[in-house]
Amino acid sequence: MPGRKILTDFPLTPTAHHLDDYRARGGYETLAKALHSLRPEDIIQEVVDAGIQGRGGAAFPAGRKWQVVNPHDGQPHYLVANADEGEPGTFKDRWVLEYAPHQLLESMLLCAYGLGVRHCFIYIRGEYDRPLQRIQTAVEEAYAAGYFGEQILGSTFSCDVVIFRGAGSYVCGEASALLNSLEGKRGYPRNRPPRLTVQGLWQRPTVVNNTETLANIAWIIRHGGAAYRAIGTEKSPGTRLISISGHVAKPGVYEVEMGYPFKTFLEQDCGGVAGGRALKAVIPGGTSSPILPPDIIEGLSLDHESFWDVDSGLGSGGMIIIAEGTCMVRALAVMLRFYHHESCGQCTPCREGVGWMHRIIQRILHGQGTNEDLERLEYIAKFNTGTTICGLGDAAGAATIGILKHFRHEFDHFISHKRSLCDGRLELRCAS
Amino acid sequence: MKHLIPEFEALKQRLPLEGLNGVLLLPCLHRIQQERGYIHDEDIAFLADYLAMPAIQIIEALSFYTMLRRAPIGRWHLQLCHNLPCALCGSDNLFDYLHERLGIRPGETTPDGRFTLSAVECLGCCGTAPVMMINETYHEQLTLESLEALLKELN
Ligand SMILES: Cc1cc2nc3c(=O)[nH]c(=O)nc-3n(C[C@H](O)[C@H](O)[C@H](O)COP(=O)(O)O)c2cc1C
Ligand code: SF4
Ligand code: FES
Repeated sequence: MPGRKILTDFPLTPTAHHLDDYRARGGYETLAKALHSLRPEDIIQEVVDAGIQGRGGAAFPAGRKWQVVNPHDGQPHYLVANADEGEPGTFKDRWVLEYAPHQLLESMLLCAYGLGVRHCFIYIRGEYDRPLQRIQTAVEEAYAAGYFGEQILGSTFSCDVVIFRGAGSYVCGEASALLNSLEGKRGYPRNRPPRLTVQGLWQRPTVVNNTETLANIAWIIRHGGAAYRAIGTEKSPGTRLISISGHVAKPGVYEVEMGYPFKTFLEQDCGGVAGGRALKAVIPGGTSSPILPPDIIEGLSLDHESFWDVDSGLGSGGMIIIAEGTCMVRALAVMLRFYHHESCGQCTPCREGVGWMHRIIQRILHGQGTNEDLERLEYIAKFNTGTTICGLGDAAGAATIGILKHFRHEFDHFISHKRSLCDGRLELRCAS
Repeated sequence: MKHLIPEFEALKQRLPLEGLNGVLLLPCLHRIQQERGYIHDEDIAFLADYLAMPAIQIIEALSFYTMLRRAPIGRWHLQLCHNLPCALCGSDNLFDYLHERLGIRPGETTPDGRFTLSAVECLGCCGTAPVMMINETYHEQLTLESLEALLKELN
């Protein structure tokens, strides 16, 4: 068992996601208590004390984001749960929506109360079918029980929530693009400053948090920030939902206490590499987090500081396991095709640069690569870093630099022999 | 699409007043597409009027979001994921199979108008890769056999 549990601490019965079951587990008790005994600033303080970092990718402390908002400044504020979940390899917010939708809703209510929010949104990716149905049902259950609407549970606090479906755009997961999308515009990321907590949705102070981040809030308010901080490591409090996929024997969503050893996690909890093969590489937190070879990752524990130390990150928690025999040149080609396709086109380094990288890798795949191509690839990738409006351009660069750093010999081999060192394979027939 | 107005009006109940028309745009487009299968010029004119918004703003949005279509497609929309985790679990073989079986590549529709194939990016369901959506429903852990069984059911 990978440590203590916060989000997944209940049996997954067929009715576990319904209101009655959630209430039987003590659900919405925290809300009732908070509305009558806590001030908004107390909620914010607990979240600051908890030290919880965002689970959407950047690991920014949620409390520090919230502190920027003054719940009493008299203007409208907004709260958005980011359930766009587009980062390749990531499917853990889907788990929250499907199995713990009321945990998310109670958390959002607490957050809304703390931040002085009257209207909340759940921005869910447009493709999601069952997660959408589950969260819709949960919202209706919560309204019917009086947890949303006017003067909730006899208090002076009123709050509404609207589920908003995206329409197929990775970049709309980026918080400011998401807000533009909500406003009925193209999902173009905005230049910062101003921060969204100062000028967000319709220029009002807006908090955008990842779905998993928010789902933790009910536990934090119930047990206190200090109790949350006592879980995990000093620099990475709490647990994380890791969605693990690729060449792994038991893919799925696992809740892991921060600091849990990667090797134990992969081998004991997830059944190891599929088909008993050797591990070749791991993308630890969605394709935007740089890839790591076994000799580095096998010594790490699952917390932010360990992964930052080796120039990667736990990112969105989307862990992709890659077995021996997989062609890294093709793997990079898949990633670059994705970033090229999803670039919104606002910034030259991303629009042109990622396009160039995509074309270079295609050239190499077609046996027409040259040695200068690798240098060009690296040069463009480095140039992208920090020169764009949002993190998409950076991510494409970081993924490229990471893979070249650890697997350059495969690219050299492909260029000089005009064929893959690994037969160009991505799929492995793994008897699992 | 005037018959949808009561539904659209109902959406307003839980929305804030500021920015109301803008925030309704994507939900209205989704709903119209569900009804007609794509967004027609007529729908743009209707929404421009209903939401008191320049038609160009609607056209801009339409050109940005991949799920919104300006033209009809086949009866069954096969959206097979080709991102990394699905590729690691064999989605390329499924594309080859679909090409062999239906004669179409991503972006194409069968001449009888039954199937449209799209290659899509990560569907957020990689734990049960490879994954394909058929119209609005996910189908997971696909194999050549289960894919064939699905195709036989679609008429
Ligand atoms: C290109 C891009 C895509 C993103 N996609 C998502 C996403 O799908 N879900 C998400 O929660 N955050 C995503 N983010 C991060 C958000 O911008 C934002 O940091 C996050 O939602 C904040 O929540 P958190 O602090 O709770 O993590 C993305 C960022 C970028 C640059
Ligand atoms: S980095 Fe790319 S996706 Fe992000 S705003 Fe610039 S062009 Fe758009
Ligand atoms: S890669 Fe196909 S669903 Fe994620």
